[in-house]
Amino acid sequence: MFKRIFTMLSVTALLTVFTATARADQELTNVSYDPTRELYEAYNTAFQKYWQETKKEKVTVVQSHGGSAKQARSVIEGNEADVVTLALAIDITAVEEAGLIQKGWQKKLPNNSSPYTSTIVFLVRKGNPKKIIDWGDLAREGVGVITPNPKTSGGARWNYLAAWAWGDKEYSHDETKVLAYIKKVFDNVLVLDSGARGSTNTFVQNGQGDVLLAWENEAYLSLAERPGEFEIVTPPTSILAEPPVAIVDTYVDKKGTRELATEYLKYLYSDEGQRIAGQHYYRPSNPEIIKEFTKYFDLNLKLITIDDPLLGGWETAQKKHFSDGGVFDRIYTK
Amino acid sequence: MSQTRQSKKVIPGFGLTMGITMSYVGFFVLIPMISMALQAAQLSFKEIVQVATDARVLSSYKVSFGCSFLAAAINVVFGTILAWVLVRYRFPGRRLIDGLIELPFALPTAVAGIALTSLTTDKGWIGQPLSHLGISVAYTKVGIVTALTFITLPFMVRSVQPVLEQLSPDYEEAGRTLGAGSFTIFRKIVLPELKPAVMTGFSLALARGLGEYGSVIFIAGNKPFQTEIAPLMIVTRLEEFLYGQATAVAMFMLFASFMIMFMVNRLQIRAARFVEN
Repeated sequence: MFKRIFTMLSVTALLTVFTATARADQELTNVSYDPTRELYEAYNTAFQKYWQETKKEKVTVVQSHGGSAKQARSVIEGNEADVVTLALAIDITAVEEAGLIQKGWQKKLPNNSSPYTSTIVFLVRKGNPKKIIDWGDLAREGVGVITPNPKTSGGARWNYLAAWAWGDKEYSHDETKVLAYIKKVFDNVLVLDSGARGSTNTFVQNGQGDVLLAWENEAYLSLAERPGEFEIVTPPTSILAEPPVAIVDTYVDKKGTRELATEYLKYLYSDEGQRIAGQHYYRPSNPEIIKEFTKYFDLNLKLITIDDPLLGGWETAQKKHFSDGGVFDRIYTK
Repeated sequence: MSQTRQSKKVIPGFGLTMGITMSYVGFFVLIPMISMALQAAQLSFKEIVQVATDARVLSSYKVSFGCSFLAAAINVVFGTILAWVLVRYRFPGRRLIDGLIELPFALPTAVAGIALTSLTTDKGWIGQPLSHLGISVAYTKVGIVTALTFITLPFMVRSVQPVLEQLSPDYEEAGRTLGAGSFTIFRKIVLPELKPAVMTGFSLALARGLGEYGSVIFIAGNKPFQTEIAPLMIVTRLEEFLYGQATAVAMFMLFASFMIMFMVNRLQIRAARFVEN
């Protein structure tokens, strides 16, 4: 009996040592945000195969998901990620400011280091009973809006800025009127969840509200999950959401994984990587490959970028709208 | 004299245990507190006060303290009744119910929050009939109190239970033979014995409620000035990488909680003294 337990234990110990040494130099940690769970699950398998074929090496990818800002904070506080793939450039900039990523990271890869993009669309109930087709409809009386809080959710900042951009055009840059519009939209918000998945849950599972402001990819996931219950409405204008990726320089140099991490991010731009993004409802940045997915993506949609003079890039937008006492806080002052 | 020295020696190693106590408290309570104070010190005193007394933050304190107080008060009544039934009566399924009391401890709070929310929205099993009566639970303060009552129930039951077990029914019978009515027995015999334990349960429940984030965040709706709780104000600031501000709000919460606990403690000591006399 004891002998058997002893053998069992030693085998387990040996196995642990084996896997530990096998993994030690070929492990990659990807710290990502919430809605990319399914995307990276598929991508990691494809990348592992690619790496095995070209380098004859096994690689294990450790995946971590959570709110974008929270994930950035975990890396700053010592979660040794090789790569970060987050919702907003500003969250990666926060890691840069902590001295872990070199300056100019966003120019290292094509398309502002965003291999795939997304946008904000409306998820409405079947038949669109409240006739919600454009941003103006969100401010109408009696329309229940579901969106997470822009202060705590990266995705929600895109929602808010898309509405702001629409208002700016509609009210010809009259900021008081734009503010009044945004205020009305947020007065219509029934539940202000702290994250994107929470809002999806509130709208889809708990049946609250008439319209969910959602990432395009999240909207399609809900559609696939519960067919026949919802419809996607793509408004005539929206915002180009660019979730960027970057190598965490300090940690890859410490672990000696720079080559692996670089290839991991580059492969996102390969035809295969781009197709996987498209299959998970992210818009591929490759203009040829996105054409294969016109079934999902309205390519005529007018998209404003964060670097548009109206928004002035992340730092300006962040300071003006979401900082303490910024425009968003003013919506909620009594 | 020699007797006290003798009795001290019964528990050996006063130096050792005291040393362990001090380092334990230091490591787990004092050092984190000091690091918190240092974080807040990034701001000037004026800034700290400004952040901690902002109108929206003030309203979140009101929500947090109000709802936690109410939830703890509800558990004072129902938690005590539960404990009473579990101790005094034997019935089939008693052990099962006794085990269920601990469930809120074991369940991840987020799971509790999501489950309670889907039950109590106007589309949920419990929420739907209630909404016909014009009562909405999820996404209102009622929802927050519901979640907190669930989360803090074990504190009350488990504080009161051991005291009730010690309280022999003989005293009540003695009272009865001396001609006291049920109410008098309850007021003069049962209540004074229970009071300190109930207060402990109350203050534990209150403290837990004030800090609770995971479950409340799903059921609250988080609307500013209505259902926004103080812990959310802290998390919001953390998400913006404003550590100093987050700590300022946290310090204020801590101070207020400490004052409440201190007051409850004083009352408890008085209640205990009353029992001894």
